Amino acid sequence: MTNAAIPAISATGLRKSYGDKVVLAGIDLNVPAGTVFSLLGPNGAGKTTTVNILSTLIGPDAGTASVAGHDLATDPDGIRSAIGLTGQFSAVDSLLTGEENLFLMADLNHLPRRAGRRRAAELLERFDLTDAAKLVPSTFSGGMRRKLDLAMTLVGDPKVIFLDEPTTGLDPRSRRTMWDIIRDLVASGVTIFLTTQYLEEADQLADRIAVLDEGRLVAQGTPDELKRRVPGGHLRLRFPDAVSVQRAGVALRLSTSDEHNDDENLALRVPTDGTVTALREVLDRLDAESVAVDSLTVHTPDLDDVFLSLTGHRTGATKELVR
Amino acid sequence: MTTATTTAASSMSYAVRDSTTMLRRNLRHMQRYPSLTIMLVGQPILLLLLFVYIFGGTLGNGLGPGGAGGRAEYVGYVTPAILLITITSAILGTAISVATDMTEGIIARFRTMAISRASMLTGHVLGTIIQTAFALAVVLGVALLIGFSPTADVGEWLALVGVLLLVTLALTWFAVALGLKAKSVETASNTPMVFTLLPFVGSGFVPAESMPAWLRWFAEYQPFTPIIETIRGLLLGTGIGDSGFLTVGWCVLITAIGYFWAKSLFQKERDR
Ligand SMILES: Nc1ncnc2c1ncn2[C@@H]1O[C@H](COP(=O)(O)OP(=O)(O)OP(=O)(O)O)[C@@H](O)[C@H]1O
Ligand SMILES: [Mg+2]
Repeated sequence: MTNAAIPAISATGLRKSYGDKVVLAGIDLNVPAGTVFSLLGPNGAGKTTTVNILSTLIGPDAGTASVAGHDLATDPDGIRSAIGLTGQFSAVDSLLTGEENLFLMADLNHLPRRAGRRRAAELLERFDLTDAAKLVPSTFSGGMRRKLDLAMTLVGDPKVIFLDEPTTGLDPRSRRTMWDIIRDLVASGVTIFLTTQYLEEADQLADRIAVLDEGRLVAQGTPDELKRRVPGGHLRLRFPDAVSVQRAGVALRLSTSDEHNDDENLALRVPTDGTVTALREVLDRLDAESVAVDSLTVHTPDLDDVFLSLTGHRTGATKELVR
Repeated sequence: MTTATTTAASSMSYAVRDSTTMLRRNLRHMQRYPSLTIMLVGQPILLLLLFVYIFGGTLGNGLGPGGAGGRAEYVGYVTPAILLITITSAILGTAISVATDMTEGIIARFRTMAISRASMLTGHVLGTIIQTAFALAVVLGVALLIGFSPTADVGEWLALVGVLLLVTLALTWFAVALGLKAKSVETASNTPMVFTLLPFVGSGFVPAESMPAWLRWFAEYQPFTPIIETIRGLLLGTGIGDSGFLTVGWCVLITAIGYFWAKSLFQKERDR
């Protein structure tokens, strides 16, 4: 099963609708064993629905899939014994302590009692949860809860792990901790199927990314391939007055189509590859013409740029953030 | 390749193991939040005291020809109904905890694990049976303290335990289905109330003969009447007639309905 030639996850033509609403409009996926695959998409794209189908929680309306070598339609129990799911919403028992939650998982994974206790202690230690072992999850921070959730998923030593938005709602530090945990998991040879709303996260963790939008995969590739398709990197320059804007436009030889003037025409959007050399060139040119600049921000491609270029519309989630 | 028989045997033993795991989980819940259990045990005790001390004197005198036994006789008459209400009270807890469970994220986790599907429900059923056995013992203890004096012999006590177990099993499966059916925890805590009212519209608190004709008809044919008659007959040694068969029949029927209904609701939840 760990043979790299056999895909850990493959799916063809997955479809799902609720009433008239088409949630998945035919999804094809292929995830080689031992790799990290990230499904990237905004709210409502169908990420959770895809995860729920592949993890046997809900049935697809059409399409076939196999996970860890087991067919979704004929051997769901085979899939269940090979996977672990950390869903988008907390799946811990809120009346049991951290430790009891892990014991529960050990029992349900049919581990012998001693082995189960050992596994629980090991995971508490590894996830820095020993202090929380005797506490109920209602007293946990969001990050601790998430870690316990993941620890519970790992009790059964799954070969394929589904993580549905594992870092949404976490602060930057907890997010980094979660990323480190995920990297460790990959190093141990498991396959990870990760959903996220953040390009950066997919970029950091994934071998391959698929972009999901309104139930369709609009692009697939390595992080670099995707970013290359995204012309979203740019500098944003603000000027004190309209005359400066005009002179800057001439100095930087921006074609009118490049000129994204907004904010009462006092800002310019200058495409860039984000390197220091490119940045210096822009500033040198403005300097040479003595154009005064109020402020400068560097904008690297994000999910919104990916979406804008792939689908022609912005994501709902980040609409307000991008003026 | 393992043979089909070993697979079946191991899946059977997993089903048992998973059910006991789920049972332990439910018992731990009850232990951690005892307020529900206390309320469910307290309610029948309160009713017992209410009926015996407030209405008992008068009701006991009206129990039939030559009946002027008053409170003392009424304790004997009402205790079987209170035992039944102990069970209906406990299954209220089952419906609530099943409905609550279904709103918890951990159920989704269970569904993605290679465990016996039924264990998620049988865990609740077994938990309720243990809780009810405890509650019945407490309520019976209180009844004995306030003057209830059963005449049952060993055989009748054993039969009584069997009947109470059967009734609990039947109503619990029904309550599991109600808990799954309920859209919210609030609904789940209201629907099974009907069961608590049924013994009143039967021979539980006053003889059915004292009711108006249309009500008497319902009282005579509803399932709780033979159940109460059986419990009463066994406790007081007054004989059970055909109530025993009716009780077993009703229990088997209710168990079957509850079980298959619950199973299909639980399955539907997945295909949602
Ligand atoms: N049980 C359901 N009944 C009806 N519609 C549903 C159901 N589950 C999901 N949907 C709809 O399907 C669409 C996709 O939902 P899904 O949860 O898969 O999105 P998502 O990509 O995970 O979004 P998010 O980032 O918000 O988690 C949404 O529009 C949602 O309203
Ligand atoms: Mg989601």
